[in-house]
Amino acid sequence: MLYLRVFDERALIYHRHGRIGTWAISWGHEAIQVGAMFALRDHDWAFPSYRENKVGLVRGMSPTDVLAGCRGHPQGWWNPNIWRLGSISIPVASQVPHAVGFAWGERLQGRDTVALAFFGDGATSEGEFHEGTNLAGVLGAPAILLCTNNQWAISTPIHQQTRAASLVDKAVGYGIPGVRVDGDDVIAVYLAVSEAVERARSGGGPTFIECVTYRMQAHAFPDDPSVYRDDAAAEAARRNECLVRYERYLQRLDLLTPEVAARFREEWLAQMATAITEAEALPAPDPSLVFDHTYERKTPAMERDLAQLKASLAQGAAGKTSGRAP
Amino acid sequence: MSELLFVEALTRALGEEMERNPQVVLLGEDIGRNGGVFRVTQGLQARFGTERVVDTPVSEAGIVGAAVGLCLARMRPVCELQFDGFSYPALNQIITHVGRYRWRTRGTAPMPMVIRMPSGGGVRAPELHSDSPETYFCHTPGLVVVTPSTPADAKGLLTAAMRSPDPVIFLEPKKLYRHLRGEVPDGEHVTPLGVVRTVREGEDVTLFAWGAMVEVATATADALAQKGVSAHVCDVRTLSPLDEEGLLAAARATGRVVIIQEAPRTCGVASEIAAILAERAMYDLKAPIQRVTGFDVPHPYFSIEHHHRPDSARVLAAVHGTLEA
Repeated sequence: MLYLRVFDERALIYHRHGRIGTWAISWGHEAIQVGAMFALRDHDWAFPSYRENKVGLVRGMSPTDVLAGCRGHPQGWWNPNIWRLGSISIPVASQVPHAVGFAWGERLQGRDTVALAFFGDGATSEGEFHEGTNLAGVLGAPAILLCTNNQWAISTPIHQQTRAASLVDKAVGYGIPGVRVDGDDVIAVYLAVSEAVERARSGGGPTFIECVTYRMQAHAFPDDPSVYRDDAAAEAARRNECLVRYERYLQRLDLLTPEVAARFREEWLAQMATAITEAEALPAPDPSLVFDHTYERKTPAMERDLAQLKASLAQGAAGKTSGRAP
Repeated sequence: MSELLFVEALTRALGEEMERNPQVVLLGEDIGRNGGVFRVTQGLQARFGTERVVDTPVSEAGIVGAAVGLCLARMRPVCELQFDGFSYPALNQIITHVGRYRWRTRGTAPMPMVIRMPSGGGVRAPELHSDSPETYFCHTPGLVVVTPSTPADAKGLLTAAMRSPDPVIFLEPKKLYRHLRGEVPDGEHVTPLGVVRTVREGEDVTLFAWGAMVEVATATADALAQKGVSAHVCDVRTLSPLDEEGLLAAARATGRVVIIQEAPRTCGVASEIAAILAERAMYDLKAPIQRVTGFDVPHPYFSIEHHHRPDSARVLAAVHGTLEA
């Protein structure tokens, strides 16, 4: 959790320095992301939204690769099969049916894989949340539908998102178990997801889990939450956020001292410094990547366009035409 | 060879490929016990079971979204969307995920799915049951868009679609389902995607058409033959990516071109073909390219749809214009 937090803190600074592009920050969501990912087995899959941009780190992805992705560099593009993670889904809720279809497909082939979809409170207003969750129920797919209710969808508060008293009530409508859990308590999240995973793996079908937390930071940058919310609530949430609580808990059990926590932080800060340096040192991608991977093979029109691009780059390199302003 | 209806050729393709490849699963609304509203999947659930021929809830985005997950799980889903106009609720999945997943994952997560749907008008259907949405799909990189015009191609192209490493939007001209009958090869029959079909060779004018319009092009060619005009008819078959060399060869065969398209005119496949010919075969053309298309209006009430869909009279007028130019 601390590793993810340090990553987030540094990524925010790198963004402000212009060293990475848009960054969706998730301070305070670490308990949900780490708790859920630890409840999965290695061969289970997760389908992240843009705010789970760090869950790959839990699976062992290098911070350099994550930062490279944030620099728009193809090195950071994910290979879903290595990390057992669907692509980060930008359109809200569209990854929910993916997780359901994946889980169902695995079961059809006799494998006991479970799939978990991450999404936010705003996603529950989208059609694809409904379609995916409904389909999961009907098919009995071994899927976990995990909602991070951080109270805000950009500037829209939860009470303007739904008239439901709580999001977990929606599970009733789909005929599947619903669980509401304190999203600032990593152990509670881990236990809730573990139970849902066990149910899914043993043929009990999907579970909807609502993890209640608070988005302490902006939606992404540049977004200014002071325009639409009272910072006092965010401040109160900060005093009770997951990392503070878990550190206190571990200290009470004599499993952690402030000195050890500080050392971990230093180590991860050093790792991040190395990672951003490595990400920035990556060679510029081959322009042919523009045309790669859209289809299994480039179409003849793409081959022609690529040849033209290469010729124009070669001319530019030879100084024959500027092509662009010097 | 068997003499089959267009719809029967599709059913054969699905059944035979499911027999050969256990990874193929069908999903859609009413496709199981009911065999689909046009009966394309008739008998397949009884043959392959409810786990391979799946009746889903009414949920177009859910069906296509689940197919994305199925592809990640190494299955080969074949989705049926009940009507052309009902593909619109699934466009988000098709555009943001189906067309992009391979690219986004640098080739490591291909989407080998087929999305089948009835397409076009001419069957006296209510609103949104006669649309020709081909351009939305053709404008989306990463998709292959195919439409057959004969029972033999229905089987051959659908089989190829189910083996394609890329996602295929398979548009089935609903006018042809029970209207067109023809010889279909028995057993394995694969027609390569991305290659035009020469329907007949001719010397005076080239007619380009696809789907249900191939029949209109052929009927027009017959009428022209009686007047001593020899028409070359080219079935485009794969609407994206286009077989540019095949199109150029067909245009150069006569130097005069009429393109027939059921879909609305603006930014359509006919426009794209005309642009390719203008860019690459300008000096082989003897007259301006003509387009005969649906109008830029919603597909109208069926009592007047025959004024909207291109027919031989409109094509003949365009051909005469071309010949006189």
